Amino acid sequence: MNRLNSVAIKRCVAYVGYYKKYFLFSLLSAVISVIASLLGPLYIGRAIDAMVGTGTVEFSIVFSILKLLLIIYFLNSFFTWTLTYFTNAISYRTANRLRHQIFSKINRLPISFYDKNSHGDIVSRFVNDVDAVSDGMVQGMANMLTGIVTIFGAVGFMVYISPKMTIVVVFSAMGTYFMARFITKKTQSLFKEQARYLGLLNGYAEEAIAGQYIIKAFVYEKKSLDKFAKLNQHLYEKGVRAQFFGSLTNPSTRLVNNITYTIIGVIGSVLAIIGQITVGDIASFLIYSSLFAKPFNDITAVFTQLQSAAASAKRIFYILDLHEEEDRAYSKSMRIFNGQVTFDHVSFSYNVKQPLINDFNLNVSPGKRIAIVGHTGAGKTTLVNLLMRFYELNKGRILIDNVDITTMPRDELRHNFGMVLQDTWLFTGTIRENIAYGMPDADNKRIIEAAKASDAHSFIRRLPNGYSTFITDAGANLSQGQKQLLTIARIMLIDPPMLILDEATSNIDTRTELRIQKAFVKMMRGRTSFVIAHRLSTIREADEIIVMDKGHIVECGTHDELLNMNGKYSQLYYSQFVQQN
Amino acid sequence: MFKLAVFLKAYKKECIVGPIFKLFEAILELMLPTMMVFVINNGVAKHDLIYVLHMGEWMLGMAVLGFCCSMVCQYFAARASQGFGTTLRNTVFNHIQSLSNAEIDGFGTASLINRITNDINQLQLAVAMMIRLVVRTPFICIGAIVMSMLLDLRLSLLLWGAAPIFAAILYYVVKKSSVLYSSYQKKLDRTASVIRENLAGVRVIRAFSNVKREKKRFYKTNDDLMDNALSIGKVSALLNPLTTFVMNMVIILILWIGSYHIDTGNLAKGEIIAFANYVTQILLALIVISNLVVIFTKAFASSKRVCQVLDAVSSLPKTDNGLPEKDSIIKNCDFIEIKNMFFKYSSTGDMALSNINVTIKCGETVGIIGSTGSGKSTFVNLLPRFYDVSEGQIFIEGRDVRKWPLYKLRKKFGIVPQKAVLFTGTIEDNLRWGNENITDEKLSEIIRTAQAAEFIDELPLGLKTMVERGGMNFSGGQKQRLTIARALAGNPEILILDDSTSALDFATDAAVRSEIRKNYQNTTVFIVSQRASSIKYADKILVFDDGTLTGCGKHAELMQQCPVYREICLSQLSSEEAYA
Repeated sequence: MNRLNSVAIKRCVAYVGYYKKYFLFSLLSAVISVIASLLGPLYIGRAIDAMVGTGTVEFSIVFSILKLLLIIYFLNSFFTWTLTYFTNAISYRTANRLRHQIFSKINRLPISFYDKNSHGDIVSRFVNDVDAVSDGMVQGMANMLTGIVTIFGAVGFMVYISPKMTIVVVFSAMGTYFMARFITKKTQSLFKEQARYLGLLNGYAEEAIAGQYIIKAFVYEKKSLDKFAKLNQHLYEKGVRAQFFGSLTNPSTRLVNNITYTIIGVIGSVLAIIGQITVGDIASFLIYSSLFAKPFNDITAVFTQLQSAAASAKRIFYILDLHEEEDRAYSKSMRIFNGQVTFDHVSFSYNVKQPLINDFNLNVSPGKRIAIVGHTGAGKTTLVNLLMRFYELNKGRILIDNVDITTMPRDELRHNFGMVLQDTWLFTGTIRENIAYGMPDADNKRIIEAAKASDAHSFIRRLPNGYSTFITDAGANLSQGQKQLLTIARIMLIDPPMLILDEATSNIDTRTELRIQKAFVKMMRGRTSFVIAHRLSTIREADEIIVMDKGHIVECGTHDELLNMNGKYSQLYYSQFVQQN
Repeated sequence: MFKLAVFLKAYKKECIVGPIFKLFEAILELMLPTMMVFVINNGVAKHDLIYVLHMGEWMLGMAVLGFCCSMVCQYFAARASQGFGTTLRNTVFNHIQSLSNAEIDGFGTASLINRITNDINQLQLAVAMMIRLVVRTPFICIGAIVMSMLLDLRLSLLLWGAAPIFAAILYYVVKKSSVLYSSYQKKLDRTASVIRENLAGVRVIRAFSNVKREKKRFYKTNDDLMDNALSIGKVSALLNPLTTFVMNMVIILILWIGSYHIDTGNLAKGEIIAFANYVTQILLALIVISNLVVIFTKAFASSKRVCQVLDAVSSLPKTDNGLPEKDSIIKNCDFIEIKNMFFKYSSTGDMALSNINVTIKCGETVGIIGSTGSGKSTFVNLLPRFYDVSEGQIFIEGRDVRKWPLYKLRKKFGIVPQKAVLFTGTIEDNLRWGNENITDEKLSEIIRTAQAAEFIDELPLGLKTMVERGGMNFSGGQKQRLTIARALAGNPEILILDDSTSALDFATDAAVRSEIRKNYQNTTVFIVSQRASSIKYADKILVFDDGTLTGCGKHAELMQQCPVYREICLSQLSSEEAYA
């Protein structure tokens, strides 16, 4: 196991510290149950010895031993149960704690974390990796605790009965251990290879299935199957080897155990013939040897489980160790601003190599409408990220009503903006809850007012359950236009002084857009608005148009001013109507 | 489950020989404790050292032979199960390729991949276990009981008595925990969906300062999940202690009753030791059975999921029912002709397209416009026969599309879909999909036509740049331009651009269209778009509304005659632009 793995495991173990009481109980349970299980064979041997032969069985001894055995076995089973119960409790509670921690951690991370990482991967860390750590803990802890106690206890008992035979057992157990280690080592690389090919096959299948339309359009089915079959054949070859060697662990340990069994039987018999031990001792020993070998057998399984737990733990700690965004400013009451926005010598870039916005200045009076236009990927959305403080500036300041936004709490800043994005986001819940998202305690009247103001009321009323209609699966039961109307209603309810509309209609067909446009116009009245759009027709009316190109702001002005400039804007504008041929 | 057994046919030999060897190993293993009885009863009791050593040699030999037998079995099991999985995987993949988009969407891509990998792996495991353990385990169980019956019939009754108790415990724990487990799965899904919602909606959540509320929501589902896990733990923790306890009780009973038999001289000491050993073996076998039950229940669920895929009947047309090669094409007819065409996706559903009649000449540019769900994409998907019409006919070069050999028909088309899909490989690999033998000159020509040259040239590796999975390393606009170039590489007679320039700005969009027009004059081009400006200058504009064709003609004509078209144009263009 490499060093990083053991660091990760140590950190996992630290979580056990939160549950000291549980841990003490499991330790106690382990000691009692193991000692009980070790006492069993000793007394069985004694009982057999008490059955001297025909007519000479000492019944009183036999019965008192059997009574003792009954108690011992009861204790054994009961404490085995509590051991499992407490280790389960520790590991499930740790899983719960880890999930809590990751969740509250990612809520303190900057938006760039969400933008840069695949969401599927993050979900998988939450679900699969936490499960792997928790499984590893159950297995690891229960086996470790009982294993250690068993090894020491069994050696003690065996030495007590016969030191000579103990040596045989210890050596054979070591044999089991090295055999298991050898096979795991050997198979681990084989399994890794198999997993690699499975990953390749998985990736190819994903592409091919998701891209079936293209495959059919290009008459590529045959080639695609050939590719798949080739990867599959590789997987077969690796799979047979990995599975064969992997499945040898059990027979091999069984071989060592059977050999041990025979040797103990033979040596024990010889010693019994010489008169050094009794037949009952042989019986006890045969049982001890298998008890003693068990932790060594299991060590392989525990080892693999710990490896995968450590790998998962690393992925979890990676998130928990990420740098958080700071939010020192704090004020009790939320100020509501007038909506004057000033960009003061603003510079920003996502990475150092590509400067994006350089020394940008703009002053927007309350209630004005600003449009941002430009090519795809020109960095229009960047301005939104900066206004909402999703990303931090490199240089300069953004002021709202002459207050630097970095001096106010983020919540206060964002509370002053209403934001409508291209991707409508609705959460699982009723329509009412979704509209009241920004103001959970809003009463029904205000919610309906907001819906009416955004033209959503009429379609909501027509839904089978009206405002109580449950939205599932990010709103799969609603049309794009309906979803967008709901997000507008959401903003109408909180009535913010400033608005951001980022490509809010680009997923909607133009006839539906016409209806939504009306709602937008109503919403923008009297509010400082920032509008980003592809369709130039929607932004002609703006008080100020910012034209961006390759991340830079190249032109600023009203529609007519910009057309007269004959620059980028007029180029963009007229390209809509380029005569073909 | 048994339906899938056909895939084992090729491995008949392995499936029969494997278990036989395993059985042989089990017999050897069962004989060991009995041999020990002889050692103790004959050797120790009679002080016969030579006999003890002699028997020891035999026992060692049996242990080694048993190991060899099980090695043979493991090998056969590995070959049969992996081979079974490989064949099944190929078959399922091939079947998936024959399904239509609707069927694939019905399953979901993620679910199909899961079925190809995880589910088939589960089945593979079940096959291996079947060969390795299904014969061995019951045999050890029954064998141990039979051997003990041979030793002492009355004592063996205790084992018979214990067996149903074992079974009852096993049944109770498995049943109880499997119910809890399925509710755990559901709760895990819910937790994951809350996380997913939070990841996707982070901007909105923060904009509304709702982090605290989302935390509360997550903590609740997470705590719910833990409670469920804890109750599973409580039940499953019972299995081991309970079965061990029963086993130990049997041992105590054996000692108790055995002591009377020894006293009366009906039993020897060695036999008691052997009995204890058999009890342990039975217990171990039962634990294996409980694991097997879990594996087979999982495999059963998996086999159902795999069979669902194999049972899905493709709604796509069969591939090779075209007419034999002959030059029956009537030259002077219209290039594409659609007559009284109706289409619906399922036999019970509503018509997606009704009564469409259009003729299109070779080399024309056809614009298609309409609101979402009006049938635009459906219409273009019918031309290369992704679906068959429900009524009416589609002719290409005077021949019904259903009479064309499918590969020949589709080779006529270059298709750029709405969603820009690229495959892992270099940019060049992707572009050569359309035509493997395209020359480098021709390749750079199509790249220029698709307006992709500017960004490809800026890449340090140019055409050799790797496209990552799903084209993650390219922007939406770049991907769209690459898919356009890919379609052009096949030098298609008919090019379909299905809303495939939505991520391009107007200038680039216009440039792509005018370059295509200039360089591909004989190609008939279909442009599906939501932008009026993209189709305004087409030779023929088709206006779809709710599955019907409400307008067909040039821009100026439609502005006069088609109210739907007029409404669309006026919503996007100023009136002087619209009427220009």
